[in-house]
Amino acid sequence: MVNNVSASSLRAVALTVAALTLVGAGGAALVAYTWNQTGERIAINERNYSLRALNQILPADQYDNNLFEDTTTVSDDDLLGSDDPLVAYRARRDGEAVAAILNVIAPDGYSGPIKLLVGIHYDGTLAGVRVVSHNETAGLGDKIEIEKSDWITTFDGRSLQQPPPAQWAVEQDGGVFDAFTGATITPRAVVEAVRNALIYFEAHRDLIFATEPT
Amino acid sequence: MKPGFADIAKDGLWRNNAGLVQLLGLCPLLAVTTTVVNGIGLGLATTAVLIGSNVTVSLLRPLLRREIRIAAFVVIIASLVTTVDLLMHALFFDLHRVLGIFVPLIVTNCAIVGRAESFASRHDPVRAAADGLFTGLGFAAVLIALGAIRELVGQGSLLTQAQMLFGPGGAGLEIQLFDNGFLLASLAPGAFIALGLLIAAGNWIDQRRARTTIVAQPVAQE
Repeated sequence: MVNNVSASSLRAVALTVAALTLVGAGGAALVAYTWNQTGERIAINERNYSLRALNQILPADQYDNNLFEDTTTVSDDDLLGSDDPLVAYRARRDGEAVAAILNVIAPDGYSGPIKLLVGIHYDGTLAGVRVVSHNETAGLGDKIEIEKSDWITTFDGRSLQQPPPAQWAVEQDGGVFDAFTGATITPRAVVEAVRNALIYFEAHRDLIFATEPT
Repeated sequence: MKPGFADIAKDGLWRNNAGLVQLLGLCPLLAVTTTVVNGIGLGLATTAVLIGSNVTVSLLRPLLRREIRIAAFVVIIASLVTTVDLLMHALFFDLHRVLGIFVPLIVTNCAIVGRAESFASRHDPVRAAADGLFTGLGFAAVLIALGAIRELVGQGSLLTQAQMLFGPGGAGLEIQLFDNGFLLASLAPGAFIALGLLIAAGNWIDQRRARTTIVAQPVAQE
């Protein structure tokens, strides 16, 4: 038999549950609505951001295909820093291979891996390099960002012959690449990653351009 | 007793400042304040969430029994933070990239659930909104001050990358006062040292005020 006390407490429980459900439903509705309204804009932002980075490496007038639709994957633990497939964009003009832009990981940054985009012309010269993400020290290692310093452009036009392999290193290690005062580890990691990407490209060039788009 | 708006403002901005006095939300406070623009961005995002959560909690206060209030606060705050995160991702894409995880982490800023519990759940929506606004502005002011100190000392500049917040025209706001700043300010220890100095400055001002308002007490000769 249900007495008055438990009936009123049952009612209280029901009200409490209803209140919490209402809050949850309201919150979910708000998030769903915002997600719906912003989703398209966010996707456009992401794509523009990637395209901006890609076009900094390879100006848009040098190719005529859609880079986002002509991709393949590469992976090499030693040379590209990852066993997992990394996306590589292939730029073509009138169907002829112009350049490939590889996602590359420099595994030995000062604070963890540095993700790079390395653009390499078909003839093996560098179109350009940009940093995608890193956790290097602000004010020191972050000079690898194009926003902070033009250091990263010193790679433009270089290849495995220019400079010769022994000099593909920072100045402290007998190479030709400038290191920042107080931070050697960061530029060393980037220089090595770019050199390794060139070595990988030299060995796999035709395969990179021949595989079907993924 | 209903607190007056002047009191709410004074509490949020100074007497009970979330960053300087209550020392709440220290993780984002210390982590993102490497530049002024980062401080402004996170400060405004936190303020928006605070106003939203305070008003919502205040409106729902007849419904929220003691037993479920914390759970309800968490759901409300999490929904609002996710909304602000999505909006920033859509409207301030570059700034969102820089602030990264610290926008979603506004959820864990105890200042927000603290205001919901100690103020919004006991007062009307207008006062709750005012409390959210001033607490948020007080927190933002500390973020911006820390950002300014650390950017100035660490990099010798102010308002770098203002275009992330104000569009392309913002690039002109950047001021470079000198090159090669004192790096420590940009690093984690610099954040603690700068915050410590700010707190000390705040206490010093309070003490001076207290001294001058009571009696002009004789100061010991040194």
